[in-house]
Amino acid sequence: MSDLAPALGQIAVLVAALAVAVPLLGRHLAHVYTSPRHLAVERTAYRLLRVDPDADQHWKTYTMSVLGFSLVSLLLLYLLGRVQEHLPLSLGYAALPADGAWNTAVSFVTNTNWQWYAGESTVGHLFQMSGLTVQNFVSAAVGMAVAAAFARGLARQLAGGRVGNFWSDLVRGVLRVLLPISVVSAVVLVAGGAIQNLMGTRTVETLAGGTQQVTGGPVASQEVIKQLGTNGGGFYNVNAAHPFENPTPLTDVLLIFLMLVIPFAMAWAFGLIVRDRRQGIAVLSVMALLLGVAVTLLTWAEMAGVGRAPEAAGGAMEGKEVRFGEAASALFAAATTGTSTGAVNSMHDSLTAPGGGVAMFGMMLGEIAPGGVGSGLYGMLMLAIVTVFLCGLMVGRTPEYLGRKIGQREIVLVALYVLATPVLVLVGIAIAITAQDGLAGLQESGPHGLSEALYAVTSAANNNGSAFGGLTSGTPFWNTLLGLLMLLGRFVPMVLVLALAGRFASQRHSPPSAGTLPTHQPLFVALLSGVALVVVGLTYVPVLALGPIAESLS
Amino acid sequence: MNAIANLNLAQALPGAVRKLDPRELVRAPVLLVVEIGAVATTVLSVADPSTMGWIVTVWLWLTVLFGTLAESVAEGRGKAQAASLRALQQETVAHKVHGSFDQLRYTGNLAELPVDEVPSTALRAGDVVVVAAGDRIPGDGDVIEGVASVDESAVTGESAPVIRESGGDRSAVTGGTVVLSDRIVVRITSDPGRSFVDRMIALVEGSERQRTPNELALNVLLSSLTAIFVVVVGSLYFVADYSDAHQSLIVLTALLVCLIPTTIGALLSAIGIAGMDRLVRRNVLAMSGRAVEAAGDVDVLLLDKTGTITHGNRQAAELLPLTGVAQDELAQASLLSSLADETPEGRSIVALVDGFETGAERLPQPPGELVPFSATTRMSGIDTGNVSIRKGADSAVAKWVHSTGGHATDELDAIVERIGASGGTPLVVAERRGLQPARVLGVVHLKDIVKDGIRERFDEMRAMGIRTVMITGDNPRTAAAIAREAGVDDFLAEATPEDKMALIRREQEGGRMVAMCGDGTNDAPALAQADVGVAMNTGTTAAKEAGNMVDLDSDPTKLIDVVEIGKQLLITRGALTTFSVANDVAKYFAILPAMFVVAFPDLGVLNVMRLSSPESAIVSAVVFNALIIIALIPLSLRGVRYRPSSAAALLRRNLLIYGVGGLVAPFVGIKLLDLVISLIPGL
Repeated sequence: MSDLAPALGQIAVLVAALAVAVPLLGRHLAHVYTSPRHLAVERTAYRLLRVDPDADQHWKTYTMSVLGFSLVSLLLLYLLGRVQEHLPLSLGYAALPADGAWNTAVSFVTNTNWQWYAGESTVGHLFQMSGLTVQNFVSAAVGMAVAAAFARGLARQLAGGRVGNFWSDLVRGVLRVLLPISVVSAVVLVAGGAIQNLMGTRTVETLAGGTQQVTGGPVASQEVIKQLGTNGGGFYNVNAAHPFENPTPLTDVLLIFLMLVIPFAMAWAFGLIVRDRRQGIAVLSVMALLLGVAVTLLTWAEMAGVGRAPEAAGGAMEGKEVRFGEAASALFAAATTGTSTGAVNSMHDSLTAPGGGVAMFGMMLGEIAPGGVGSGLYGMLMLAIVTVFLCGLMVGRTPEYLGRKIGQREIVLVALYVLATPVLVLVGIAIAITAQDGLAGLQESGPHGLSEALYAVTSAANNNGSAFGGLTSGTPFWNTLLGLLMLLGRFVPMVLVLALAGRFASQRHSPPSAGTLPTHQPLFVALLSGVALVVVGLTYVPVLALGPIAESLS
Repeated sequence: MNAIANLNLAQALPGAVRKLDPRELVRAPVLLVVEIGAVATTVLSVADPSTMGWIVTVWLWLTVLFGTLAESVAEGRGKAQAASLRALQQETVAHKVHGSFDQLRYTGNLAELPVDEVPSTALRAGDVVVVAAGDRIPGDGDVIEGVASVDESAVTGESAPVIRESGGDRSAVTGGTVVLSDRIVVRITSDPGRSFVDRMIALVEGSERQRTPNELALNVLLSSLTAIFVVVVGSLYFVADYSDAHQSLIVLTALLVCLIPTTIGALLSAIGIAGMDRLVRRNVLAMSGRAVEAAGDVDVLLLDKTGTITHGNRQAAELLPLTGVAQDELAQASLLSSLADETPEGRSIVALVDGFETGAERLPQPPGELVPFSATTRMSGIDTGNVSIRKGADSAVAKWVHSTGGHATDELDAIVERIGASGGTPLVVAERRGLQPARVLGVVHLKDIVKDGIRERFDEMRAMGIRTVMITGDNPRTAAAIAREAGVDDFLAEATPEDKMALIRREQEGGRMVAMCGDGTNDAPALAQADVGVAMNTGTTAAKEAGNMVDLDSDPTKLIDVVEIGKQLLITRGALTTFSVANDVAKYFAILPAMFVVAFPDLGVLNVMRLSSPESAIVSAVVFNALIIIALIPLSLRGVRYRPSSAAALLRRNLLIYGVGGLVAPFVGIKLLDLVISLIPGL
C-alpha cells in the first residue's frame, strides 16, 4: 500500500496541473490559430520568408507549403549530418553515414525522433542545436498547423476549400506557443538540476576507481522542447533516464506534464475554433479515458511485476531508474506512447510483457491518447468521423460530424487515413522479420524478438520514436526501412487530413437538430473510445497475439 | 425460420448463381474477395485434399452464394409487380390526329378532326391522340380537350375511377390506363420505352438500380476494412512463419473471410432494393434511390394544409345561438336552410344538426322554396310559407336584416369576431316571419377540421428533429389558429408558389433539407427545388416530372411515411454494419487460439468458448459467418423496426441490439455449431 500512495500522488499532481493549464492554453491556442493580427517580430519573419501571411490558402496550396517546407528541412538536416566533421562545435565526431543521416533527418522532420545513434557520442552541439532542436520546434509547429487547419475547415462553410495560412500557423506556433513555454520550462528544469552548457566530453574518475566519459551540453533547452513538442529525441542515448536530462522525480512530473499539455489543449482549442466547446471536451474526454486506461494497466503491470523474471526478481525494476521506481516509469511510458513523444525514462524492452504490450497498443491506437501535438487531435477526429459513419447511420440520417455530411468523397479520405498506418506497420513487420538484414538486428528470438521488431516499426510508422531496446537499428536496412515508415507515416495522413479539411471547408453546414447524432454526449465518448479500441484491436491482435500476448501468457 | 421459408429461395437461386460471375461481383468487393478465397481454397483442396479443406471450400462458396441470393431474393419481390405492369404495355391501336401539337395548338374541337390508326408503339412525344370510352390510353400525356373518367387501377391499385380533364391540375394520364366514359384528346408526352410505366418496371425490378450516395460511401468503408484485413492476414503469414507457427493458406483464407465484413457486404444491395420496394408497396414511386436516402435526411417538411393537415373542407363545428334564441330553434333553422345546400359546408351542417334532438322532422324534400346561393346576395336559404330563413357571411346577412327593418346586435359582432380570431368562418343564420323585421338567430361556426392523430404525428416528427411547416392560402390569422391546433412548428399563410419557392431556398441556404408534396403545374419549380418532392399522381405531368417521387394514391400525408422509410433504410444499413464488425471480436477468439495453440500452448486460455478442436473452431466460425447472412436476409428485406424518436434514443436502442448483440451472438452461435461440427469424422 505504501507504494501506491506516491503512485497516485504523482498522478493527482499531474491531473491537477493539467486541469488548470489545458483550458488556459487551449484558449490561447484557439486565439493563435484564428486571430487576424500579427506581431511585429512575426512580420519580420514573413518578410524574410517572403510569404504573405494574410493569404487564405486553398488546401492544396496549404499542403504544398507543408510538404515544401518539410522537404527543405529534410534536405538541410541531411546535409548538416553529412558534413558534421567540418562544422564547429562538432566535438570531433565524424560525419553521419548516408543511411544514418537519412534516418535522422526524416526522424526529426517527421516529429518522430527515432534515434539509431547515441546522441552524446555521435552528434556534436551544433547539429544538436541548429539541426535537431530547431526541428523539434518546427516539426511540432507543422503538426499543430495541420490540426489547426483541419479545425478551421470544420468551422467554416462555403469557403471554397480554403483552410488558412500555413506560414502564419507555423510562425505563430513557434513564437507564440512553443518558444515561451520552452524558455520558462527550461529555466525551471535547470533549477530542478538539469544541465545547460556547451562543454564537451570530459573523463572523470568514478568512486569505484574506473573512468567514465561525461558529456555536457545544452541539455535542458533541448529537453523541454523534445517533451513539449512530443518529439522525444534525447540529448543522451538513455534519454530522460539520464540524470542530466531528468534529475529528480519532480522534474519527471514536469516532463510528463510538458508532453501532455499541448495535445490536450489542442482538443480544447478545437472546441473553441468550431464554436462548440462541448465538442472539444468530448474529444478531450476520449483522449483522457484511453490514456487513463493505459496508465492504469501499465502501472498495475509494472507494480505487480507480472511475468516470470520480475516474479523471480521480486519486482520489475530491471531497466528502470531507482530514483523513479515502477510507478513513475509506468506513468512516463504510458504518456510517451500515448502521445507521439517517444522519450523514455526507463527501458521499454524491460517493461513487463503486458506493460510492453500496453505501450505498443498506445502507439497502435495511432497516437490519439492524447497523441502528438496536432497529430493527436486530427487522428482522433478522423476516428470520430469513422465512428459517426459506423454508428450515425443507426439514427437514420446520412452520417454527419459537426454538421458536415460524410459522403463518399469524405469517407474515401478517412478510409485511406485509417488504412495508411496499419498497412505501413504490417507490411513493415512482414519485411523486417523476413529479411535476413532485419532479423540480424533483433537481440532475442521468439515472441520477444517479434515484440522488438514490432515495437520499432510501430514506433516509426506512428511517428512515436520511442525504442524498445534490444534492437540494433543503426544498420542500413533498419535505417532505410524505418526512415520510409516515418516519412510515409507522417505525410500521407497529413495530406489526407488537409484534403478532408478542404472538403469540409467547401461544404455547407447543416444545423444540428434532435434528429442528428449528438457528438458531445457521454454515449458518443464511450462509442468513440470503443471504436478506437475495436478498430485498432482487430487490426493488430493477430501480431500482438504472437508477440506480447504469447509472451505474457507464458 | 418461417420468415426464411417465405423468401422463395428456390425461385431466386438461378439468379443468385448467375450473379457469381466475378464481373458482376466487382460491385460488391467484399463478396469478390470471398469468391477469390473460395477459388483459392478449391485449388488447394484439389491439390492436397483434406476434410477440413473441403468443408471450408464448400462453405466459402456458400458464403458467396448466400450473398448473391440475398440480392436475388430482394429483386424477386419486384418481379411479380413488374409482370403486371408489363401487361399494360401491350400494343394498342391509337387514333392519332394529323399534325403535331404545335400545329394543332390553336385548333378547336380536336376530337372531330380526322385520325389515323397507328400502333401505340409508334407514338412520339408531341403527337395528339383521341381516346374514346373503352379505349386504352396509348401513352403518357396530358388531356388537352375534354373530360373523362379513367380507370387507373392497374397502376395505382385503386379501383375507383378518377376524373381526368383538360386544364387545371388533373390533366395527366398514364399510358395503359382505360377511359371509362366520354372522350378526351391527349397530347403524348413521352417517347416509347421512356414512359412512366417503363420507369416503374425498371424501378420495381431493380434492373436500373443505381447505387445511392450513402450506399457507395458505405461500400468504400467496407472495402477499406476488407483491405485492412487482407493486409492483416497477409502479414500474419510471415509473422507466423517467424514464430514457427506456420499457417496453411486454407486457414488464413478462412480467417480472412471471417474478418472481412461479409454480413453487411452481402446484404448491402438487398437492403437498398428492399427499401425501394417498401416505398412501392405503399404506392410511392421513387424516381431514384438518392431521393429515398434524402428522405431520411429531411429537416423540414412543407405540408399543404388542405388534405394533409385538415380534411379538405370547412365543416360545421358548433352552433352559437344569440341570447333569447333556443339552441333547437337555431338548429332547426340551420337544418332547413341547408337541406338544399349541396356544398360540403351545407352537408356538414346537416350532419352536425343530426346529432341534436331537434323537433324538425327529417323530410325527404325541403318543405318550401329553395333560395340557392348567389354571388350577388352571398346567402342561401329557404322560404316556407311565411317564414324565410337565410344563412351566409355576416355582412351579407346583416344587410338583409337591415333591409327588412331589423338590426344586428353587438352580441353578434362579438361572436363573429371571436370565431374569426380562432381561425374559423362564421355563418350567420337569420329568420323572418311574415312581414316582421328579420332577426338574427345565431351563428354556425365553420372550421377546418384537423385530422385525427395528425398532432401526434407532428410530435413524432419533432422528436425526430424534423420541423413541420404548414402551407396555406388562408390569411395569417386563420393559418395561425390551425397551425396551433394541429401542432405544426411554423406556417406560411397566403402562400403563393413564389413564396413556397423562396421558403425552400431559405431553408436550403441554412443547410437544411426540405421535403414537400404538390400536384399543380405551379408547384413544379418548388418540387424540383426541394430535396424530396413528392408529386401526386392526380397532378399534372409537369409536377410529376419535377418531383423525384410520385404518390400513386395522391395522399399528401404519405410524405411522413416516406421520411420514415428513408430513415429505416439508413438505420438497417447502419445496424447490420455494426453487427457485422462487432461479430469479428468473437471470431478472433475462435480462430486465433486455434491457429496458434500448437506453437504457443499458452494461447489456449484465449479459447474462451472451449471449442473442441482447432479444426472444428475454424470451420464453426466459417459456417457461422455464412449462416448469419441467410439468417439476416429477412431483416434486411423487412428493415429494422423503427419507432420515431430522437437520435440519441435511437442510437442507444440500436447500439444495444445490434452492437452488443453483434458482440454476443457469434460466441453463442459458434459454440453451438462447434458442438455439431466436432462430430464430423476426420476433422
